[in-house]
Amino acid sequence: MTDTATQELAPLKVEKPRNQWLDVWDQFKSHKGAMAGLIFLIFITLFCAFGPLLWNVDPGKLDVRNKDVRPIYMLLFDGEAKVNWANPMGTDNLGRDIMANIMQGGRISLAVGWTAMILAVLLGTLIGVLAGYFRRLDGLLMRFTDLVLSLPLLPLLLVMMLLFRDPLRATFGPENGIFILIVVGIGITSWMQTARIVRGDVMALKEREFVLAARSIGTPPRRMITRHILPNVMSPIMVSATLGLATAIITESALSFLGLGFPSDFPTWGKILFDSVDRMTAFPERVIWPGLAISLTVLAVNYIGDGLRDALDPRIRGL
Amino acid sequence: MLTYTIRRLLLSIPTLIFIAFVIFMLLELAPGDPMAQMPLTIPPEVKERMRAALGLDQPWWVRFPLWLNQFFIVEPQYWIDSTFGTSFAEGKQRLISFQSRSPVFDTIGQRLPQTLWVVGMSYVVGVLIALPIGIISAYKQYSVFDQAGTFVSMIGFSVPPFFSGVLLIVIFSVQLGWLPSIYDTTLVVNSWDTFMTQLRQMIMPVMVLALQTTAQVSRYMRASMLDNLSQDYVRTARAKGMSESVVVLKHVLRNSMIPVVTVIALGIPSIFGGAIITEQIFKVNGLGQLLILALQGNDIPMVMTITFLLAVLIVMMNLIADILYGILDPRIRYD
Repeated sequence: MTDTATQELAPLKVEKPRNQWLDVWDQFKSHKGAMAGLIFLIFITLFCAFGPLLWNVDPGKLDVRNKDVRPIYMLLFDGEAKVNWANPMGTDNLGRDIMANIMQGGRISLAVGWTAMILAVLLGTLIGVLAGYFRRLDGLLMRFTDLVLSLPLLPLLLVMMLLFRDPLRATFGPENGIFILIVVGIGITSWMQTARIVRGDVMALKEREFVLAARSIGTPPRRMITRHILPNVMSPIMVSATLGLATAIITESALSFLGLGFPSDFPTWGKILFDSVDRMTAFPERVIWPGLAISLTVLAVNYIGDGLRDALDPRIRGL
Repeated sequence: MLTYTIRRLLLSIPTLIFIAFVIFMLLELAPGDPMAQMPLTIPPEVKERMRAALGLDQPWWVRFPLWLNQFFIVEPQYWIDSTFGTSFAEGKQRLISFQSRSPVFDTIGQRLPQTLWVVGMSYVVGVLIALPIGIISAYKQYSVFDQAGTFVSMIGFSVPPFFSGVLLIVIFSVQLGWLPSIYDTTLVVNSWDTFMTQLRQMIMPVMVLALQTTAQVSRYMRASMLDNLSQDYVRTARAKGMSESVVVLKHVLRNSMIPVVTVIALGIPSIFGGAIITEQIFKVNGLGQLLILALQGNDIPMVMTITFLLAVLIVMMNLIADILYGILDPRIRYD
């Protein structure tokens, strides 16, 4: 009896057990927008991270003789345009190379986006897991989350930027101080959605049999959360992380645009855009380069989030 | 329902007081000094007297209840006085701006119409565009129209207003010269020409804000329509021989609007946040610009009041959304 059963099952075992993340990757690959977004995000990250090594121009170097150079494609419309092959994207009103500035600005914008997103996701996961797993903390933590959600966040972020900038600059230096301030500011104003989603999922997971089984063999809460709960809430966390990255990049640019971000000799995409607005009548490309960089990056991240949501949903995976 | 509303209203009072406290303490703990803009030649003892004149020599536990008193009791009394000609607020201290030395609410009253025009208009336009897009996208799921709608709303989510606004200015004011790039708030609409000027200067700020609204609302509308289109009652309605337009526009649309109406209510506060940036781009002298100016000048009463008014708006809209949900959907009972 047992022999026949194993014989019948034997051919089925040819298929290797597959990693769950390979399945997710297969599903993700079938989403065209998400793949395009991923390729663009990798491209822009490499462009900003390794571009300065190849394009060895100091973004802050002033070259007044070569100021207001138009990008080279302007030759197509106007043979008389002031262009220079040494500055393919043109230069600004002080002769700084725009391509070098976009690279340097992208480094900072992306760094702020990633760090703020990680901070927000960590905070949100921590609060969500604590509220979902420990019933005693639930009421308190969720009331707190609701309260933070009803704060007007953009004005408060502006207040924080303006009021805490000088002491932090004095303590950590002008660049690090503002970086810490912006990252912490964005982080502590955008963890609430993650916390709510994680809490809901943890509460549902807690009622499942495998959690009961784990508890019955005496697993302490700490191990329970790290071994059993957290791996199972990874998918909503990853989706909200991609959305968090998009909002963090936009918020940083918005702060820079309002003149409350990094100091002016310190380029970020939002800052370059803000500095170019006054002269956009004569030089519209200076506004369009950083704006396109921000918009395309955020669009790419949003598409990745869309694809991830589909790929991580086991109900539609494999269709 | 009535008891639920009353309970929620009562609960929102401690919430609002707590929010006011958080904002107040943030401003209090921050090391910014309203005297920072004053000339350095002013002797320290004079500076001390000036601080005392602003009421800054008192500790926070004196000033916070004072602020609450001024905001919740004195200011409404002034408002009642000016409306009905009574004299409740005779001789009471109003909330005074540090910068302009005039009552905070007077300044807000001057700025509010511009913001309301631009923000309110853009919200109405955005919702009016979003609803048909959502309905058609859901009815013709995966069609070319649906794909295009998805793409447009993705763009609405991704392109920040400070880029779409600047892009519109570059295209329509700089290259084509059709629309003015600066919003002229001194314009008085009294003839057809001025009306057209007003319309033309409103197009761009309204469109920038409306794109954000459209992106969000059309997604919700589509999802909600899709949920309802697969329900049994739709099949029943079709089986009864009702025309397709009645099925979609009466049966399905009405049921799908329930969650969308709450989303629309919840989105109102965030559009005011977006207006801060849009006003900066188009140089509208509305509330957002007032807030930025007050922040730069360390004008604590002004910042505090505007931020708190936004918080009141958020809390009230949350409440309205919940109550609307209960009224529109009889399956939901708050007990």
